[in-house]
Amino acid sequence: MTARIGVVTFPGSLDDRDALRAVRLAGAEPVALWHREKDLQQVDGVVLPGGFSYGDYLRCGAISRFSPIMEMIIEGAKEGLPVLGICNGFQILCESHLLPGALTRNDHLHFICRDQKLRVENNSTAWTSSYEKGQEITVPLKNGEGGYIADERTLDMLEAEGRVVARYLELNPNGSRRDIAGVSNAAGNVVGLMPHPEHAVEPLTGPTTEGLGFFTSILKQLVNV
Amino acid sequence: MARVVVDVMLKPEILDPQGQAVSRALVRLGFDGISDVRQGKRFELEVEGPVDDDALGRIHKIAESFLANTVIEDFTVRVENGDAS
Repeated sequence: MTARIGVVTFPGSLDDRDALRAVRLAGAEPVALWHREKDLQQVDGVVLPGGFSYGDYLRCGAISRFSPIMEMIIEGAKEGLPVLGICNGFQILCESHLLPGALTRNDHLHFICRDQKLRVENNSTAWTSSYEKGQEITVPLKNGEGGYIADERTLDMLEAEGRVVARYLELNPNGSRRDIAGVSNAAGNVVGLMPHPEHAVEPLTGPTTEGLGFFTSILKQLVNV
Repeated sequence: MARVVVDVMLKPEILDPQGQAVSRALVRLGFDGISDVRQGKRFELEVEGPVDDDALGRIHKIAESFLANTVIEDFTVRVENGDAS
């Protein structure tokens, strides 16, 4: 039996299909989850995909955070359910207070879409164990509100506790503090990431296949448990 | 029916690139004398019934939990018209 990984579709999600596909390519069983259901279908982990849920109205992720399925996910995450939020999913996790800080308008005000080099800073989270610590990877990045911010005390705490999961290399694409591309919660089961590993899982469509590691990591962790 | 206005602004220490863009545009358009612009959001809530402490407490909760993200934003709540009886 393999791990079942759910991907939530909110109204306005765009990358749910790619996330499901990445889960399948990693060898897990993808399970489509619907935002209005209060049922996690006994999945072993959840991906909140990128996109523009609820049109980014109010603030990115602010409305999705109150959807019925998020109640279950917030509850589950606090008990150790692995959750990966990518892009809009990262925004939803911050709005849910499962992750500290917030994502704000890119400092240069432009939407950015590029292949982005990253360094995986922490390979002990549920979603990064397939990588070497310090491994450099390139995956697509596309966001308009991807600037990660938190107060200095929170940033210092994240650094000290090793909770900066990935950092931008060569170019900071959106004004994120300390080049932060992704962070985790204290337990390491919840990870938020602004770039898109699910778009870098196949040579045909991605710049690399170096994003696949996020999805094989979770599989490895669940099978070992 | 009274209207309660919730103003949401980025905290002073948070960079406001949109406000900065507006500020730069003012210079370009020839409007002098504006040293800085910060952009925020205004919500107008039409309240059923009296705007008493109870109602204002509820609105405070709405603002704090939903209308503003208090990690990066401050908010104010004020009654715009009608008495606060």
